[in-house]
Amino acid sequence: MEILQNNIILLALTFGIFYAARQLQKRTGWIVLNPILVTIAVLIVLLTVTGISYETYSQAGNYIEFWLKPAIVALGVPLYQHLGQIRRQFLPIFLSQLAGSIVGVVSVVAIAQVMGASRETIISLAPKSVTTPIAMEVCQAMGGIPSLTAAIVVSVGLFGAIFGFKVLEVWHVKNPYSQGLSIGTASHAVGTSRAMEKGDTYGAYASLGLILNGILTALLAPLILQLMGI
Amino acid sequence: MIRQCLIIFGCLAVGEFIVWLTGISIPSSIIGMLLLASLLQLRLIKEEWVKGMSDFLISNMGFFFVPPGVALMLYLDVIKAELTPIVVATVVSTVLVLVATGWTHQLFKRHGDTAE
Repeated sequence: MEILQNNIILLALTFGIFYAARQLQKRTGWIVLNPILVTIAVLIVLLTVTGISYETYSQAGNYIEFWLKPAIVALGVPLYQHLGQIRRQFLPIFLSQLAGSIVGVVSVVAIAQVMGASRETIISLAPKSVTTPIAMEVCQAMGGIPSLTAAIVVSVGLFGAIFGFKVLEVWHVKNPYSQGLSIGTASHAVGTSRAMEKGDTYGAYASLGLILNGILTALLAPLILQLMGI
Repeated sequence: MIRQCLIIFGCLAVGEFIVWLTGISIPSSIIGMLLLASLLQLRLIKEEWVKGMSDFLISNMGFFFVPPGVALMLYLDVIKAELTPIVVATVVSTVLVLVATGWTHQLFKRHGDTAE
């Protein structure tokens, strides 16, 4: 199995599994079969079975992970495209993002703390609502476990994509703009892709929530954790 | 292509520099994102100068976090030990975020905007 430890082979394998997982989701249409989640699960099983350590895999993985930071910078383009919309409706958008961001960090930290989670876990949970690259960077900057954050963030996204619109209906959030914004704020890119399926308006507002909550959480989370004495 | 890379990595580099200079715990990439949006807004760079690269990066963002996700195999015991607090805190908090954002937006939204 020595040859499997070759960087190029591990990279090709990662591309291959992701491609197959995406095809699988397209065929079945099951949102639970999130390609990111499936690829991570398959790779973990594969590495465990073949006895390849994470350290070995990460040498290949670093070539992929490297692109996370530039990808976040690239979000500046849709942010710029939405600026007009944000300015026209500044107050409702800004206040709802502020509410969502603060509630998101405070509630998850408070509940985890009461239930006796460790400090590292609490920090890793804090940025759970925002898109993974941002959440992982926030987590790393505060001293949590970025890969734990990554797994939680994907799970949150799946939860929001599957149950988000139902939750909003039950709690009388009926306005399409408010619904889209909430889905993007609470469940980032995975929720946004679900909102895109429902319609362009939902999708545009969801991506707005995704970007703005990403920025707000990155700015506020360290401050909130400090205030809460974590 | 070189110009696209220069703009994206240039913004990121400025972000890294600011973090190094001030020691703030904001990701350098967030600073880079805000800088890129500002440069576009100020018409210092044109959207088509970055469009190809930014579209590529954004549409493949999900793939880039597969390797960090695989690092999860190192923390399976942490997750097993703290599964209940992790799941309860995550689910309850996500519902609260949905409702808090939705209610606040509906509350402050002017009625005329619905036609927009």
